[in-house]
Amino acid sequence: MAIHSPESRIWWNEPVARGELVWVAIAFVWGLIMFFMMIYWHIYGKQNLSAVVGRVDPEVYVGKVEAFTEKYKVREEGETGIPVAKPEAGGDAYMVARTFEWWPVLELEKGKSYKLHLSSADLQHGFSLQPTNINIQVHPGLEHVVTVTPNESGTFGVVCNEYCGLGHHVMGGRIYVVEPGQGG
Amino acid sequence: MSSVAIESRTLGAIAAKFRTCPATGLKVDLAAQALIKANAVAAVVFLAIGGIFGLMVALTRWPAVHLLSSDMFYLVLTAHGLDVLLLWIIFFEMAVLYFASAVILSSRIAAPRWAWVGFILMVIGGLMTNVAVLQGESTVMFTSYPPLKAQPHFYLGLILFAVGALIGCCVFFGTLVIAKEERTYEGSIPLVTFGALTAAIIAVFTIASGAIILIPTFLWSVGYISNIDTLTYKLVWWAMGHSSQQINVSAHVSIWYLIAAVTVGAKPLSEKVSRTAFLMYILFLQLASAHHLLVEPGLSSEWKIVNTSYMMYLAVMGSMIHGMTVPGSIEAAQRKSGFTRGAFEWLRKAPWGNPAFAGMFLSLVMFGFIGGISGVVLGTEQLNIMMHNTLYVPGHFHGTVVTGTTLAFMAVTYLVVPLIFQREIIWPKLARIQPYLFGIGAAGISMFMMGAGTLGVARRHWDLAMTDAALPYGYPPIASLMLGLNGLSAIMAATGGALYVVIVVASILFGKKVDETNIGTALGPMPQRVVRDAVTKYGNAGSWHLPGTYVLVTVFFGAFVLYYFVNWKYLSELWPMQ
Repeated sequence: MAIHSPESRIWWNEPVARGELVWVAIAFVWGLIMFFMMIYWHIYGKQNLSAVVGRVDPEVYVGKVEAFTEKYKVREEGETGIPVAKPEAGGDAYMVARTFEWWPVLELEKGKSYKLHLSSADLQHGFSLQPTNINIQVHPGLEHVVTVTPNESGTFGVVCNEYCGLGHHVMGGRIYVVEPGQGG
Repeated sequence: MSSVAIESRTLGAIAAKFRTCPATGLKVDLAAQALIKANAVAAVVFLAIGGIFGLMVALTRWPAVHLLSSDMFYLVLTAHGLDVLLLWIIFFEMAVLYFASAVILSSRIAAPRWAWVGFILMVIGGLMTNVAVLQGESTVMFTSYPPLKAQPHFYLGLILFAVGALIGCCVFFGTLVIAKEERTYEGSIPLVTFGALTAAIIAVFTIASGAIILIPTFLWSVGYISNIDTLTYKLVWWAMGHSSQQINVSAHVSIWYLIAAVTVGAKPLSEKVSRTAFLMYILFLQLASAHHLLVEPGLSSEWKIVNTSYMMYLAVMGSMIHGMTVPGSIEAAQRKSGFTRGAFEWLRKAPWGNPAFAGMFLSLVMFGFIGGISGVVLGTEQLNIMMHNTLYVPGHFHGTVVTGTTLAFMAVTYLVVPLIFQREIIWPKLARIQPYLFGIGAAGISMFMMGAGTLGVARRHWDLAMTDAALPYGYPPIASLMLGLNGLSAIMAATGGALYVVIVVASILFGKKVDETNIGTALGPMPQRVVRDAVTKYGNAGSWHLPGTYVLVTVFFGAFVLYYFVNWKYLSELWPMQ
């Protein structure tokens, strides 16, 4: 039994039943398939996170986001006064996470690509884009650039999904996706 | 003590007192027995505390109940993780280590005084960190990611606890050396002890990683260090955080083999295969800590893929092997006992009324189907984009740590109480339903949290409606339903958990004493109501035809493959990003 020493002292030479060997082989091959699936998706798939990342001082990053927002601001969001920025298609878009908001609101065009810059001004935060369900971790001091191409129009929420203190649950943001040539 | 004979063995200057176990004939060192009792009791106390916190968390996330204020919710959530994920499990594992070394090998325990020092350090550390959290200034979650900062005694308590656990591991290693020196067993150590040894080796790696990251973080919290790099912290922290889950896996797989051996007389199909599978945990699992960093900036995809595939999949292979050899060994043993009709008579006629067996088998099935499959999907680089930090993550790990580890630990308690505490289980009828109540409740928690996570619901989040947010996002209404069902499941699991605590405590205090006359029934209903010994030679077990097990693993594999590719399909519908 499993609570007794093996009866045969030379247990490592005991033959293994075929059913067991087949199962071991299946498990091994399945592991290989799952390994190649990730590489396959990097080559042929469309949803991969970029490794383009730079170290950035949080204050410098906030300065960049403010300059971006000033340049591309098209309006203010409802009663909150949060600016809405509409970057050029193919260009850079910036968002900063800080306790407790995602700033600014972006307006993007469907089917166009944007270099979305994400970083934090203070703690770690989460970028959880809903309802499409894209989740990216955000660190202070690291500027993550992800090229995104919205494939549907509508209003998307950004929820912080990394605990960042007692106001964590009020931390949200927004991205509008409009049909090409509309909005603004 | 009842009429149990006490035997003294003196070796050099060291005297140890033993009793002979009436069920197994093993010699039990009384010093080891006292240590097992102390660690098991501490474990159950923290399970009770942490379980209540867990229920409060689930009832707060249930939008219709929304029990706690936001401040209390985050505080209680921090304490919940600490008390059950760390304290309940590691205290219980210390008991498992002492049992698997001293008791199973009929050896005296090495340096029992040091083992007590370790125990006391663990108790002090555990209490200190709990106090830090309950004071309200250390609401940083179990992961305590900087720059969030807790009070210094939050980290100090964790460090003391880890030092205590490290001492416990050293006592375990020392006991193995003594048993070998004093020839208390013949040949190789039993498989259960081998599994516990893998757990202890991984524990040393885990604790070393913890020291590397928690000591600087402690110094940072008192002001001696100005900055902790957030990414480095996560990398090293998860070398502790994930490896500690591999301790659990090694420990609860060992317990599966242990319970299968005691309740149905199962013996491993092949020692070689089962031991190799354990070895894979040591070689590969801790490197899988990378899968916590799949959507992190600053790490290359090559690094992520290598560390989560070669490394993790070889360890997954280890678990898949155990997932077949454990039911396979049960089927072989049951067929040998005469339950040979059809593919599944062995399973139908298994001792389902024995809480040790029922808990073990539920743990085996649910760890594989719920915790295992979801863990592999979650740990796939691109698929993680859809799941990172959503409720899918706690859904997954409640599948591993609650339906897997905790249920297995509860199951083995029904053997530890008669064998070590020498008491009968009081209220056997209640004990019989306990594993089902807790197991099904915990399965519900896992699945409904995963369901909510699939809808994008954030983990560690007080307000689904984001009522006070300037820019709220409204999750689809079905998310509320999922969280409601999660709350109901939590009530069921908490009822099962409370039943466990009450049965164990009452049995220890008021249970009938166990001796030769009643040990057979004290271990619960068994196929032949006696603990049988293996009579066949090794290799023979492999010659048994195991159709039932083949059907079970085929169903498992089919579910695994299907679920894996369904998630790739979902991923392909997301916004393209690169």
